[in-house]
This record gives sequence, structure tokens and C-alpha cells, in this order.
Amino acid sequence: MLSQQKLYFALDAEAFGNFIDVLKDLGYTVYGPAEKDGAIVFEILDSIKQMPRGLYDEQSPGRYRLTKKDNQRYFGYVVGPQSPKYVLYSPQHLLFKVRKDGRTFIPQPDGKKIAIIGLRPCDLKAIEILDNVLLKGPYKSNAYEAIRKDALFIAVNCVEPGNNCFCTSMNTGPFAQSGYDISITELLMNGSHVFILETMTNKGTEIVSRLKCRNATEEELNVVSKLMEDAKNKIRKKLDVENLKDDLYRNIEHPNWNEINNKCLACGNCTLVCPTCFCSSVFDSSSLSMDVAERWRVWDSCFSIDYSYIHGGSIRQSIMSRYRHWLMHKLATWVDQFGTFGCVGCGRCITWCPVGIDIVEEASKVRD
Amino acid sequence: MVGKIPKIAVYKFASCDGCQLSIVDLEDELLEINQKFEIAYFMEVTRAAKRGPYDVGLVEGSISTPHAIELIKSIRKDCKTLVAIGACATAGGIQALRNWANVEEFSKYVYAKPEYIQTLEKSSPISEYVQVDFELRGCPVNKYQLLEVLSAFLAGRKPNIPTYSLCIECKRKGNVCVTVAKSVPCLGPVVQAGCGALCPAYSRGCYGCFGPMESPNVKSLASKFIELGMDKKDVILNFRGFTGWSKEFREVDVLIEG
Repeated sequence: MLSQQKLYFALDAEAFGNFIDVLKDLGYTVYGPAEKDGAIVFEILDSIKQMPRGLYDEQSPGRYRLTKKDNQRYFGYVVGPQSPKYVLYSPQHLLFKVRKDGRTFIPQPDGKKIAIIGLRPCDLKAIEILDNVLLKGPYKSNAYEAIRKDALFIAVNCVEPGNNCFCTSMNTGPFAQSGYDISITELLMNGSHVFILETMTNKGTEIVSRLKCRNATEEELNVVSKLMEDAKNKIRKKLDVENLKDDLYRNIEHPNWNEINNKCLACGNCTLVCPTCFCSSVFDSSSLSMDVAERWRVWDSCFSIDYSYIHGGSIRQSIMSRYRHWLMHKLATWVDQFGTFGCVGCGRCITWCPVGIDIVEEASKVRD
Repeated sequence: MVGKIPKIAVYKFASCDGCQLSIVDLEDELLEINQKFEIAYFMEVTRAAKRGPYDVGLVEGSISTPHAIELIKSIRKDCKTLVAIGACATAGGIQALRNWANVEEFSKYVYAKPEYIQTLEKSSPISEYVQVDFELRGCPVNKYQLLEVLSAFLAGRKPNIPTYSLCIECKRKGNVCVTVAKSVPCLGPVVQAGCGALCPAYSRGCYGCFGPMESPNVKSLASKFIELGMDKKDVILNFRGFTGWSKEFREVDVLIEG
């Protein structure tokens, strides 16, 4: 249900076109949805014209297709292959560079403020989880902190969830509950195209005041309430999270785990599209001249053999052991480590697995 | 290597010279390579050759003649460290396609006097005949990976050459998966990273130039290709490209049938 205490604003589609300009005027570098090579990805937006319109994503295990519908909806799709970690925690990052003469170069944050438009409720939860790991944990990432601290999040509520979404099971969606500055619900009704805006922070309120908004009508709010209910009911994929952790711990030697050896490619796609998988590897490199060395952080994956390499060899040789490690971390060990699940139910790992392995199905196969 | 400039030798067997050209293609670094190494033997570049032994030998090409077997054995003796570079030297190359066919038959069509042709039945990687210290993959090799191998040699450290899947590199780059979004068969999930995901960046499937990754699940990916509507015959051909004779890809036909 909508909150009685909150103010809801309405922004007509024509006035929505101004949104990016307002953010740019306030000094934000704006990331938002754009179509690239048949998928919706995050790109730096200069104008609203770069945003997709009337595009919908059909998703099933191992399959993603953009289709065009005969309407002008901006947010008809659900989630693409890139999660917000692509923007907030870059895939490769130079940590420092040292020279033989003693000069050291540590890249400093460029100080740019970013705004991300189009974050889904599951993504907001994922950012909260990343904050837990990268800001509040023992190994803080300065680069993440620098970009995260002034970041502005504009969420979009999901009125048409996808086939691989299971956010209701993970309690992360389909409507945003927290973690955003502004939330948007896109309404197409009776020939009108309106965005219902609501703010969570002063920053968000300040921005909304610069847009040509009016107060939302009661009729519009009734429609939003109905869409909320409908959206929940549209989500058919369910993961029973009750006793999930204990069930998985108890079944660590379940015979069904071995079946995954036949299918899993150990390619690592699931971990790279996952909005909470934060694993990185750090490597050093020296130049041919032997007077410059660099240290880089790059996204890594627990599906690589090197990932579990310790003195004498790699711990997880079989593909099954790597898959089990990943699933167990998402749905069980993460809870002990960080106090929440490591999964937000966005379904990206299901869609972008080239052979369509479904974490929800696999988890249920090993529960007795 | 303190106080001594290591001598480097570059050799070629059955190949297209593309990997040797990748060395020459290191335009910004070439002068420095020449300072840090003594280029003692590199026929692609200079006729001036110095005698061995050499500290590093880079070997391009596959072994395909009886003469080549003798030659690689003597090269091994001449080089303290031997690095096989490229798909031919590490997997037998595209010419290993003939490993599934009758070479004599081919010779008859190609050469006027096939009786003068002495060739082995199979085109094989260098490691088939001698101990290789490092294999650098690619068709051709990635010149920056080559530079990394040389830099690592100078520093006496292990080169940073990842053996995980191409997908990891592809996703880091921000490419959209061609298999999932367009049903294009792509070898990326079973192929080693290193090229920078060139083909998928242009919406094409990976051809497998860098050969099998560390733990390739060939059977699962082949089944996926069949599911996408590919003939079994085409699936086999897909795996039998530049690195088809690699141990892991070689038996894709058996895996599909089995």
C-alpha cells in the first residue's frame, strides 16, 4: 500500500524529458538505460533521447530478447546484463603505480558526482549489500566509497516483472522500499503518460522541486496501488527461503549436486552479472623496462580455478564444487558472513547463464 | 639476469608468421625490447644471426614434417627457456584440420610431384615433441600478453596470463552476450581469455583462437549449440577451427554422440 505520510508528485511525459538536464545542471554525470547490441545496459546519458522507448525484455533461462511494443513506455524492460556494480565498482581499477625512483602514483577519485536512473528495487537492495561488504567490512574499497558517497539513485518500480524475477521471495521488490533518493512509477492510462514520483531524501526532494511536477491525483495513486498488487501477483518464480540456510548446510553432500557437472560451463557469467558478487583479484605487473610496477584490481569469479588457489593447488577442482560454493554463498554462508542473503532475486544469473542454469531450481533440487 | 643481456631467438614452423609479426607489431616497445634483450636469431626480421645457446626461444608454428621434429629437438637444446607462441605451436593450428583427413590424398591434388613431399600424418603442437616451459595462446597471440611474458621473464616472475573463460573478459568489457541475446553460437564459455573478447564485441561468436580454458565443459556447450538449431556436423566444425586439435576440443564428436 502507498504511505499516507508521503507526498506523491506527478510528472507528465513531456516534462520528464527535462529530468536529465536538471541532473546535469546540478553537476551529475547521469547513468541510465540505453539499448546496446540487443540489450538494455547502463550508459552515460546526455539526453533523454538515448533512453529506450517501447522496449521490453523477454527473459527465460539462458535467453534474453528485446521486443518492441507499440507504446512509448520508458521502463518497459526489467533488468539487463549489467547491474549497478558495473557503474559503482568498476571491472578494472588501477590501485597504484610505483616507479623505481621512489615516485608513487595513486589515482585519486575524479570527484564526479553520479546519478543512476532506472535502478530496480532489487538493485537498490544489492547496493545495500555491496555497501555492507565494501564500506562496512574490514576491507574498505576507497574507490567504491568515493563514487558511492555522493551518488544519487533514481529507482523505478516494477509494474511488469520478468519471468526470471523472484524478488518477492527475497523480499526486495517489486516496489522500492528504501535505498533511493527518488522513486518513479510509470503510468500509461487512458491515453496519458505520467510518472508518479516520490522522494526518500532531501537531495531527492530538492531535485523534484526543480521539475515541473504537480501533486498526484487520487485516481493516479489508486492506479499505483493496484499496479503494486498486480506486480506482486505476476511474479511466478518462487524460492522458499524458510530454513533455506539450514537446509543447504544439511545437504552439502546431497547427491544431486553432482548433476551440475554435466551442465555448468564454469564460465563465470552468473558471478559477473550478479549485482552482489563483489569478488576481485589483485595483480601486480612490471614493465619491460623494470622501472614501473602497477597494481590492479579486476573483477574475479569463484568459478575460475585460480580463485581458490592456495599453496600447492586449487581447492575447488571440480565444476560442481565451484557451483556449490557459489550457490551456498548466495543463499547460506552469506547469511552468516553478512547477516542477509547474497541474492536479491533479480534473475540475472538465470537469464545470462549460456546454458540456462536456474539457481532457484538448483537450490530446490538439493533440499530434502 | 643481473648484468647480462638475455639472448632471444625466434623460430618458425608450419604457420602464417602472424605471431612473429605480433612481436614486430609492438611498435612502441620494440626499441626497449632490443635494449633489454639481444635479438640473436629472428629470421623474419634480420638475416644477421648469432649462434646459440639462447636464454629464451619463442617458437611459432606446428610440427608437420620429419625435418621439423629434428629441428625442434635441437632448438630445445639451444634454448634455456622455450615458449610456444600461438595456436599452431600450442594446438597444431588450423592446418591440424588435416589430422582428420588423408594427407597423401591432399598431396596428390596440391603438388605436381607428391613423391617429393615428406610430411607427417599429423600437425602437432610443439609440446608433442619437446618439453615447453610456457604456452602463449592465440591466433595470433595478443601482443600485450607477449610483452607480459617477456617482462615476467626479465623480472623472474610468473606471467599474468589468466586461464579462465573468455566470458570473464567479455563481461568486464561490458559486451552483451551474443548467445543469450541473439542465439549466436559462441565458443567463449570454453575458450581461454586473452584476446580482449574481440569477436563478441562485434556481435560475433568466439572462434576459439585461444584454445580451451582451464576446465572446459565441451559437451555442455555442444549440446547448447544443438539446442540452438545447429547440425551436429556444424557443431563439430565449430570446435574444429584454429585450436581443434587441442586435447579438449579434439573429441567433440565422441562427446556429442556419447
